[in-house]
Amino acid sequence: MIENAPALIVILPLIAAPVNLIIGLWRKDLCYLFTVATLSACVLLSVDVLVTVISNGVITYKLGGWAPPWGIAYFIDHLNAFMLIIVSFISLVVSVYSKKSIEKELPDKVVHFYTVFLLLVSGLLGILITGDVFNLYVFLEIASIAGYALIAIGDDRAPLASFNYVIMGTIGACFYLLGVGYLYISTGSLNMADLSELLPGMYNSRVVIGAFAFLMVGVAIKMAFFPLHKWLPDAYTHAPSTVSAFVASTMTKVGAYVMIRIMFTVFKPYFSIELIPASAILGWLAVAAMLFGCIRAIAQSDVKRMLSYIIIAEVGYIVMGLSVGNRMGFTGAVLHILNDAFMMSCLFLAAGSIEYKTGTRSVHNFAQLYKKMPLTMAAFTIGGLSIVGIPPTCGFFSKWYLVLGALESQQWVFAATLLISSLLTAVIFFKILVKIYFGDSSENEPLPAGRQARPLESSTPVFDEAPLSMLLPTGIMAIGVLTLGFFSGKIISNVIQFTVPGGF
Amino acid sequence: MEIMDFIISKYNYWIYIILMMIGFYAMIAKNNLVKKVVGMNIFQTAIILFFVSTASKKGGATIPIIQYGHGEATDIINTAQYINPLPHVLMLTAIVVMVSTFGVAIALLIIIYRKYNTLEEDEILNILKMEDGK
Repeated sequence: MIENAPALIVILPLIAAPVNLIIGLWRKDLCYLFTVATLSACVLLSVDVLVTVISNGVITYKLGGWAPPWGIAYFIDHLNAFMLIIVSFISLVVSVYSKKSIEKELPDKVVHFYTVFLLLVSGLLGILITGDVFNLYVFLEIASIAGYALIAIGDDRAPLASFNYVIMGTIGACFYLLGVGYLYISTGSLNMADLSELLPGMYNSRVVIGAFAFLMVGVAIKMAFFPLHKWLPDAYTHAPSTVSAFVASTMTKVGAYVMIRIMFTVFKPYFSIELIPASAILGWLAVAAMLFGCIRAIAQSDVKRMLSYIIIAEVGYIVMGLSVGNRMGFTGAVLHILNDAFMMSCLFLAAGSIEYKTGTRSVHNFAQLYKKMPLTMAAFTIGGLSIVGIPPTCGFFSKWYLVLGALESQQWVFAATLLISSLLTAVIFFKILVKIYFGDSSENEPLPAGRQARPLESSTPVFDEAPLSMLLPTGIMAIGVLTLGFFSGKIISNVIQFTVPGGF
Repeated sequence: MEIMDFIISKYNYWIYIILMMIGFYAMIAKNNLVKKVVGMNIFQTAIILFFVSTASKKGGATIPIIQYGHGEATDIINTAQYINPLPHVLMLTAIVVMVSTFGVAIALLIIIYRKYNTLEEDEILNILKMEDGK
């Protein structure tokens, strides 16, 4: 392993962001290449870290050589390393995709887009790698602020959506910070490993229970968990298509990761599952999230808004897997983080290509689109089938584990809701797929004036596929969705089984 | 009287909770977007107050600067004499975060104002409804 790889993963994009700005003053077209190069380096470093973790076990990296409870330490176990690869890989794929899409949607903001994008990646990777609860807050805010800015440069309604996200996100971050403060005044430590040793003696203290509640609510806002999801559909719908593809597939999953860390690393599973009814509350809210997300998604005609509501349901799946409190459910939840990141980026990238070529996001205009963009539509179909959970796509395998987990702890309602919500997503996607492959193109609504890319195209679809730099990332994600399913056994036996906390 | 003692002995926490609730109310209930941002600021400042007040110690503790500390330390360092510097350091970082959030929020407000010519939330929602109706 490269000795300083854990620090470099975070620092590389962080330093690349201002450098990118300087390069942008000189040559705008180099920004794209520079970003892709930086993120490729991040992917290589993450792979390096994961390989080391698999062969040598947990890495402890002391920043500045200060020993852990006093200094900030990076603890990298299987869960961190696994998440690092997901986020860095998707950031690389999305940045490859971004070239044409950003040139078209934001021609005069190319340089700034890549700068903020690198900051966002750096923030997310920092959240994943750090072993210090306050450091995590700082990275959470770096990622969120970069996210606010990126969402705000979208279409006409984006600034207002982003403003609501700022308000909600700040409440979430402040609650998290308060939770950290409560933990600090009761234990005097900010280090996760240290906290998990100090806390068990104080599990009956009201301050500690209050800290847990604040932390969970804060994270639930950041990951758009059911009653606190209000900001998500607007923000993700109106963001530029590249941004929605990246943010939708990673940000909620990183939130889920933080939730896992708080529930099972900072606090012991014994506390979050048996001592206080947190897991029961989370489980029932997850049931509500699964139903609510899918039902709202059915009614949407804007494809990005529909996918945003599905994300709310997907977050519900993940939390449900955590709340049942057994090995199967936890495995399913962690596997679903990976699968959902791939499915969502595949679908959002395909939706972005559709918008790039046809100028519309409305499902009503998708009739006969397969003639025009067969490859993009194939990717969209694969992503959709995976959300529904049809084998051999990867979505099937994680749902399988989630259902087994729910059955094992005899939560019949959870298992039934998961199946019902899968059926609802089937209704959504089959409706769209029928439209794409068998729809009557004369029913397509005329495009609003000015947004029409080429006249007469919607009535007589001809082959007109998205450019290669957009097609390739979408295809890679679609292939990923198809193949991850076959490797899920390997992924579980090599990585995920080591992430299951002790006591399950 | 016991309740009064309870309130007075922990007055820093009461002040922080009251401030936080004022900010929270403004963020949720106010119609004007600038007032929401102001509420957000009060909310964050209340948390800073909370952290900083936890650092203080009774009995004349001062700032953690060691007198005559150059070279050989002449006194044994007694932690009770110094207030806890760590919450202050944490809050320095939190202030940076707060300022940048504030900056982003204000920048967004400028864009919103240019677009709709108003910062009242209900008026903006009406404009959006009219656009949808077309």
